[in-house]
Amino acid sequence: MVKNKELVIIEEWCKGCSICVEFCPVKVLELKNGKVRLIDADKCTKCGLCELRCPDFAIYLEVKE
Amino acid sequence: MASELVERYFRKETLPNIWCPGCSNGIVTTAIVRAIDNLGLDQNKVCIVSGIGCSARASGYLDFNTLHTTHGRAIAFATGIKFANPDLTVIVITGDGDNAAIGGNHFIHACRRNIDLTVVMYNNHIYGMTGGQHSPTTPRFDRATTAPYGNIDRYFDICKLAIGAGATYVARGTAYHVQQLTKLIERGISHKGFSFIEALSICPTYYGRKNKKGTPADMLKWLKDHAVDIKQGSKMDPEEFHDKFIIGELLNIDEPEFVEEYQKILNNLKVNYK
Amino acid sequence: MMPTVLMQGNEAVVEGAINAGLKFYAGYPITPSTEIAELCAEKLPFVGGKFIQMEDEIASMAAVIGASLTGLKAMTATSGPGFSLKQENIGFAAMAEIPCVIVDVQRMGPSTGMPTSPAQGDVMQSRWGTHGDHPIIVLSPSSVKEAYYITIQAFNLSEKYRTPVILLMDEVIGHLREAVNLDEYKDVEIFERPMPQDKENYLPYQYIENGVAPLAPFGKGFRFHVTGLAHNEKGLPTNDPKVTEKLIKRLIGKIENNKKDIVMFEEKDTEGGDILLISFGSSARACEAAMQELKKEGIKVGLFKPITIWPFPDKKLREIYPRFKKVFVVEMNTGQLYYEVDRIIKGNTYVGKINKFNGEFFTPFDIVEKIKESF
Ligand SMILES: Cc1ncc(C[n+]2csc(CCOP(=O)(O)OP(=O)(O)O)c2C)c(N)n1
Ligand code: SF4
Ligand code: SF4
Ligand code: SF4
Ligand SMILES: [Mg+2]
Repeated sequence: MVKNKELVIIEEWCKGCSICVEFCPVKVLELKNGKVRLIDADKCTKCGLCELRCPDFAIYLEVKE
Repeated sequence: MASELVERYFRKETLPNIWCPGCSNGIVTTAIVRAIDNLGLDQNKVCIVSGIGCSARASGYLDFNTLHTTHGRAIAFATGIKFANPDLTVIVITGDGDNAAIGGNHFIHACRRNIDLTVVMYNNHIYGMTGGQHSPTTPRFDRATTAPYGNIDRYFDICKLAIGAGATYVARGTAYHVQQLTKLIERGISHKGFSFIEALSICPTYYGRKNKKGTPADMLKWLKDHAVDIKQGSKMDPEEFHDKFIIGELLNIDEPEFVEEYQKILNNLKVNYK
Repeated sequence: MMPTVLMQGNEAVVEGAINAGLKFYAGYPITPSTEIAELCAEKLPFVGGKFIQMEDEIASMAAVIGASLTGLKAMTATSGPGFSLKQENIGFAAMAEIPCVIVDVQRMGPSTGMPTSPAQGDVMQSRWGTHGDHPIIVLSPSSVKEAYYITIQAFNLSEKYRTPVILLMDEVIGHLREAVNLDEYKDVEIFERPMPQDKENYLPYQYIENGVAPLAPFGKGFRFHVTGLAHNEKGLPTNDPKVTEKLIKRLIGKIENNKKDIVMFEEKDTEGGDILLISFGSSARACEAAMQELKKEGIKVGLFKPITIWPFPDKKLREIYPRFKKVFVVEMNTGQLYYEVDRIIKGNTYVGKINKFNGEFFTPFDIVEKIKESF
């Protein structure tokens, strides 16, 4: 179930606040040039905490068919 | 594309929002939307009413019947809407200045009437929109542009005010505890009567900077570390509790609701109307 | 045939409002308007309407706008101090184009003034009470019967032009009891708010030169935004100077350029003569009586009575005033409508003031005396 989700980042909306980076339980996010980026897709547990706390709707899990 | 939630409930053309990086207004707003989604409410029957402030700008981003009113008056507008059309679910978005200062009178009287509204107050302890003046919920001795030597006003506990004024559902959550906040809002919306949810929020730009509270993440961590769930709170000794605050459901009781009571009068008069 | 009945001015307002389709009243008690609230509380349930007493006038105005947004015809009534409190939200209604009727039964001011005494001191406040350039319609009846009819027109204009309409009463007309027969009004047209059709492409603030788009009620699937901020055709906030300018021009234009449809007035003996009296509300009644007296003395007097105070019937006045040697503006204040008259006449004819501002209303004698003094 977790497998068919994919982390999506909307760069234009990301304001680089770093909230998602700080609260990612497995620390797979980082800021690069003021935008968030996923460093290690394999380690991402798709827990959805980043989506929950992003104030700008810029990061989310998308269900893949 | 954006998340399903955003695609469905936000006016995408209005995004990105105007809020500062790390402002928690977006987090609380999403919690409200999630609560609406979880309850499966008809989007066309939901009405979001807001006052004036950074937080109050939320209404414009949301794809419901939305009304962005005047400073402090959102609850009074919402009262007109709910009373005129009880089929609508009416949710008010307000700030600590909007609701506790200029709008205080409308707030207490809506509590007293127990009219079926759900009010979510984004409490960032500051006037964000006007650039960082102290609000009724700025903690004592904290700084603000209009309290350059420290705020001497006492802290206004709006949940206590709501309880005292007659609200029948009162809860406090935070922008850190998003899942809990969502649940609290959900219950508030489902509750028949006046529901008040205080959402402790962060304003990194003014409150945070003036009071050296660190990054947005630091400020959210502060909320995490100082929140005590109501279930534990009662067991804590005062020493331990002194710099903490309670989160969770503070009150949930049933009392006669204003619109229903008016309907009863109409029924007694045997007036037929839809 | 309807029977002739004894009716009070404030009561006529309520009867007119209910006839026009009033379904929502929110208010806060204040003399000399209180009977309007009391009668609405009593009567609205029987016509499927709702009444609420709010915590203050600010809230009353807000609730009225909220109710109007759900599609109900809504009204509030007040007097001076409360009228001042309503101003911010009247501006909101003007900007957001929400139909509503605000009754101001004028009493003597400033401030608490003389709560039970008449005045007409809110002429300028009714026009410019809220901040910013904004459209407004202000109507003033001068009899109980007219109060009934003009209230209906207040609702009609408010719905038609999506604007707040102010019914500018005064204590005399509000509390006056007259025998009225409303039979002649039984077929008066009632304007109903049109329902937009296309939900997908609905533009609540669509640019229609000198006009308005239909306002959809909340809850019917249109899901639009309403704000007091400058906004685009969708109602969403904008910072664009061009969009804003266009909006403000349309707001002003929808009233200014439809004066022909909006403006109401009455004239009496305006074929020409010595003196033209310009007056409104209860003062116009005193003028009518004064005219009888002056006629006996061989002085030819005409009366021009604007019913629409704002926008002022300037075209009509321009047509009439050159037929008279002198013009006098008669009002229960220190001279407010005078400014508008003076602006229109531009010094082409002498414009004098006849005023009373001590809490007493005009007697015909007051006016006769002042006119005679001027010779
Ligand atoms: C009548 C009125 N007075 C003052 C203002 C200016 N003003 C706008 S927002 C605001 C304070 C908002 O504070 P709060 O409700 O805490 O909202 P925040 O911006 O912090 O979310 C003030 C004083 C106004 N718009 N209207
Ligand atoms: S889904 Fe969870 S693990 Fe993956 S990036 Fe977001 S917070 Fe980190
Ligand atoms: S929380 Fe959102 S806005 Fe902030 S850095 Fe992460 S993706 Fe960007
Ligand atoms: S000023 Fe404060 S409350 Fe307003 S958007 Fe910025 S961070 Fe948020
Ligand atoms: Mg605030």
